Amino acid sequence: MSSATPSAPDPDAGLLSRTKAIPAIGPVLVLLAFCLVFAITNPRFLAPHNLSIILQQTIVVGTLAIGQTLVILTAGIDLAVGAVCVLGTIVAGKLVNLGYDPMLSMLFAVILCTLSGLVAGALVSRLDLPPFIVTLGTLGILTAALRLISKGGAFPVQDDFLGLTGNTFRVGSFVLTYGVLAMLLLYAVVWYLLNETRWGRHVYAIGNNPEAARLVGIPVRLHLLQVYALAGLIYGITAWLALGRIPNADPNALQTANLDSITAVVIGGTSLFGGRGGLVGTLIGALIVGVLRNGLTLAGIDPLWQDLVTGILVIVAVAFDQLSRRRR
Amino acid sequence: MSTLTATPETRGADPGRNVLEARNLVKSYGHVVALDGVDFELRAGEILAVVGDNGAGKSTLIKTLTGAVVPDSGEILLDGQPVHFKGPLDARHRGIEAVYQDLAVAPALDIPSNLFLGRELLSLGLLGSVFRRLDKRRMREEAERAMAELKFRLPSIASRVENLSGGQRQGVAVARAAVFARKLVIMDEPTAALGVRETGQVLELIRNIRDRGLPVVLISHNMPNVFELADRIFIMRLGRRAAVVSPKTHTMADVVAIMTGAVKVEAG
Repeated sequence: MSSATPSAPDPDAGLLSRTKAIPAIGPVLVLLAFCLVFAITNPRFLAPHNLSIILQQTIVVGTLAIGQTLVILTAGIDLAVGAVCVLGTIVAGKLVNLGYDPMLSMLFAVILCTLSGLVAGALVSRLDLPPFIVTLGTLGILTAALRLISKGGAFPVQDDFLGLTGNTFRVGSFVLTYGVLAMLLLYAVVWYLLNETRWGRHVYAIGNNPEAARLVGIPVRLHLLQVYALAGLIYGITAWLALGRIPNADPNALQTANLDSITAVVIGGTSLFGGRGGLVGTLIGALIVGVLRNGLTLAGIDPLWQDLVTGILVIVAVAFDQLSRRRR
Repeated sequence: MSTLTATPETRGADPGRNVLEARNLVKSYGHVVALDGVDFELRAGEILAVVGDNGAGKSTLIKTLTGAVVPDSGEILLDGQPVHFKGPLDARHRGIEAVYQDLAVAPALDIPSNLFLGRELLSLGLLGSVFRRLDKRRMREEAERAMAELKFRLPSIASRVENLSGGQRQGVAVARAAVFARKLVIMDEPTAALGVRETGQVLELIRNIRDRGLPVVLISHNMPNVFELADRIFIMRLGRRAAVVSPKTHTMADVVAIMTGAVKVEAG
């Protein structure tokens, strides 16, 4: 033991703990392992064209997983990620098809998604309801309501502004969309919020020990409300990105968004018990889910197997989290 | 600029001066009278232990002093000025910090983050004012300085609190209070959750805080600890001040006898 003076040798600064200090190292290894397996089994996997498609396929789940990360960091969980995003696509699509201004329609849809998050946050923070139940209820309500509004069916959304994020540009032999850029930009902004500001520090503190956070004067309830509202805002923006991917508003879309986004978050090293983890891991986690689904599709395997494997993945990731928690 | 008030306002003040004073505090919950006209004074530079049996009114007294409870009547004077705390934040703004029995730290965050929790330092200039950026380096340096000044030994300032022993963790919570308190620190059973050796570390830290000039109110059930640390012992019984004694003139048996009512003492 050395005293905490600046000149004292720092036993924590060894190579091993440096590696431990990069929490995303585990997920990166998993991602590389999956890529290796798929690259060996199918030479087309590593083609720039296919890698571009993986990135584009990751946009929706990857962006939803940002909001999911925020909620899980506060020791909550969001089972309505997909439903809120679909709410955004249906509302924006309906309004545009009715002849309203596309930009205002999208804005209105994003605001609606934010409000949905705000309501969930209010129920969680003011009434102390379990996030699991609040968002499960929201999922049920939204799914039914959206099917009623759209009379059960999907409808095409042909509009330049709503489809804007699907526009492509080339980087070398890679084809990227503006949606990919938007996703990465959102990751950067929320990463900054979480890691470099008081607001983010308090998200971790609340997830870690809400009682301690309250004792040092952090307005815990207000903070939770903000987290859920920000998550809703992110799901709303995802709706715009989703319309860029597929110009179709479908009340039955994104059924696996819960599974995929939660898998991305926990496989990225964020603890379901709150207060540990972060967005770098989530981005890797989302890529893992994307690579897995893409690789299995390339191999010609039934999509149901993808859900099955993702299901196994999420359980394994949580088991790791639980075991390392027990060791603490 | 130091946000960490290295020198408490109470340092060097003439010893014996009352930093915190309460007169005739009364608080009842329904028919239960928790405080029945309590007088209290904390002097500059002392550790004042508050002892009493369960239900004697210790925690209600402490809660009135930290602003968590508003007394029905009576007055509280801080540095001779009457104060009316509306809540714990109010008391904190006036320089009173509290430490609780359960470890009020965020285990996954490092020591500087815990020390500055809720009072994080922002970068200077636009980075801080517009982009609200944390100044992690300055927080680390200030944390190192504070820990060195309190002579509290830690493996590394960058350690996550969960990697510390129980005594070191509570040490972080105690140091946080000491570093931000301008007037006094109130500690409610700070060692109750700790083992013998770890308790020793925290007791030493409390003594260092007193030696830096910050007066401490220590609530404890542990008589040996109380006799090891306290300059004066404030004994409560049945919502009243039974006696204030010195550990130099009274034994543990005396204090227990006063606590349980076996011996009556003129209040004073």
